[in-house]
Amino acid sequence: MREPRDYDDIPGTYILDGQHSRKGYHLNMFCMSLNQADNRDEFRADESKYLERFPMTSDQRQAVLARDFLELLRLGGNIYYTFKLAIFDGLSMQHAGAKMSGNGMSFEDFRDMMLAGGRSIENNRSKTNEVQEYPKWPK
Amino acid sequence: MAKIIGGIGTAHVPAIGAAVDHGKQGEDYWKDFFAGIEPCKEWMANNKPDVCFIVYNDHASAFSLENISTFTIGVADDFEPADEGYGPRQVPKVKGHSEFAWHLAESLILNEFDLTISNEMPVDHGLTVPLSIAYGQPEEWPCKVIPFAVNVIQYPPPTANRCYQLGKSLRKAIDSFDEDLTVAVFGTGGMSHQLQGERAGLINKEFDANFLDLLLDDPAELARLPHSHFIREAGSEGIELIMWLIMRGAMDQQVEEKYRFYHVPVSNTGYGLTILENK
Repeated sequence: MREPRDYDDIPGTYILDGQHSRKGYHLNMFCMSLNQADNRDEFRADESKYLERFPMTSDQRQAVLARDFLELLRLGGNIYYTFKLAIFDGLSMQHAGAKMSGNGMSFEDFRDMMLAGGRSIENNRSKTNEVQEYPKWPK
Repeated sequence: MAKIIGGIGTAHVPAIGAAVDHGKQGEDYWKDFFAGIEPCKEWMANNKPDVCFIVYNDHASAFSLENISTFTIGVADDFEPADEGYGPRQVPKVKGHSEFAWHLAESLILNEFDLTISNEMPVDHGLTVPLSIAYGQPEEWPCKVIPFAVNVIQYPPPTANRCYQLGKSLRKAIDSFDEDLTVAVFGTGGMSHQLQGERAGLINKEFDANFLDLLLDDPAELARLPHSHFIREAGSEGIELIMWLIMRGAMDQQVEEKYRFYHVPVSNTGYGLTILENK
């Protein structure tokens, strides 16, 4: 376990720091491999078999096969990598955003939220209950 | 001697590139946005920089977690558009300025900014979207380009202050190149956005407006912000805004803002554009 950090209280946010990166390395490198068209073809032909090339955990494999984009982040994934899996499925970042919202939000809900100006920062600054007191600008 | 004629800050949202490539500029979703960036094209057409030095980040295209470099300068004669999973963007090959880029690399490293030097790398939307914003869809890009990639994906990225200080050294490096070239420096990425997790879709217009004001009048105040402040207030991918400080550091202390445009949303992002000139 690493020491507590100043970003730990930011809600719904997975920072690719050293420990996260160690956990997710092979998962992220699997995602990276989808940049190549021939790899995309092989993954399409047999997803489970293709995943055997990467020494990922069984939870990571399951989350890939289930397209559980939020779980992928929890298991060490980073969005720029896991998004390659969304691209593979023909999904946009707004589809992925809806799936990661963790509250059953649909693509349409997410799209409409963005059209209305995006997710508000109010009440989204900190996991603690001291949201209103959180300094908007550090001294 | 080489001379900086302008500094441009712009987000590099990939959906902008897709809208250009697929001719969607006139659609309801896009028309106000494309009208708003038109003055950037006009500025480029009127000022015609010989070289665009573009600070951007790679998004797991040229680089991966295999090797992670904090700052990378592209010194090649050309750079191919990267395949980001959809096949490469159908945009012109990016032409480099190898001799100038090597001069900048040597000058910056001797000034204690320890860059990675790349002779071969594809360039992704982080670099080609700013070119589309600046030039539209020409047959060839009308300038040479020096790509300068900053790690903002693996924590910790460089600090905001490191970027600002690097910009100041970049200025000295550009000024000391013995050829009459005009240079535009681009700081790209941001503005507020979060692509990941339960907070995906976060946009903070107040932060973005404040950032644009301070970038103009008090960049040192931005340079002292910790990473966590950008992540909390501007979203985890809003940390890309540190790259604008390299551009700002390369400009004079006193600058004039020739144009500013802000638009929400562009895909999942708060889009900002600023065009700065030295007074």
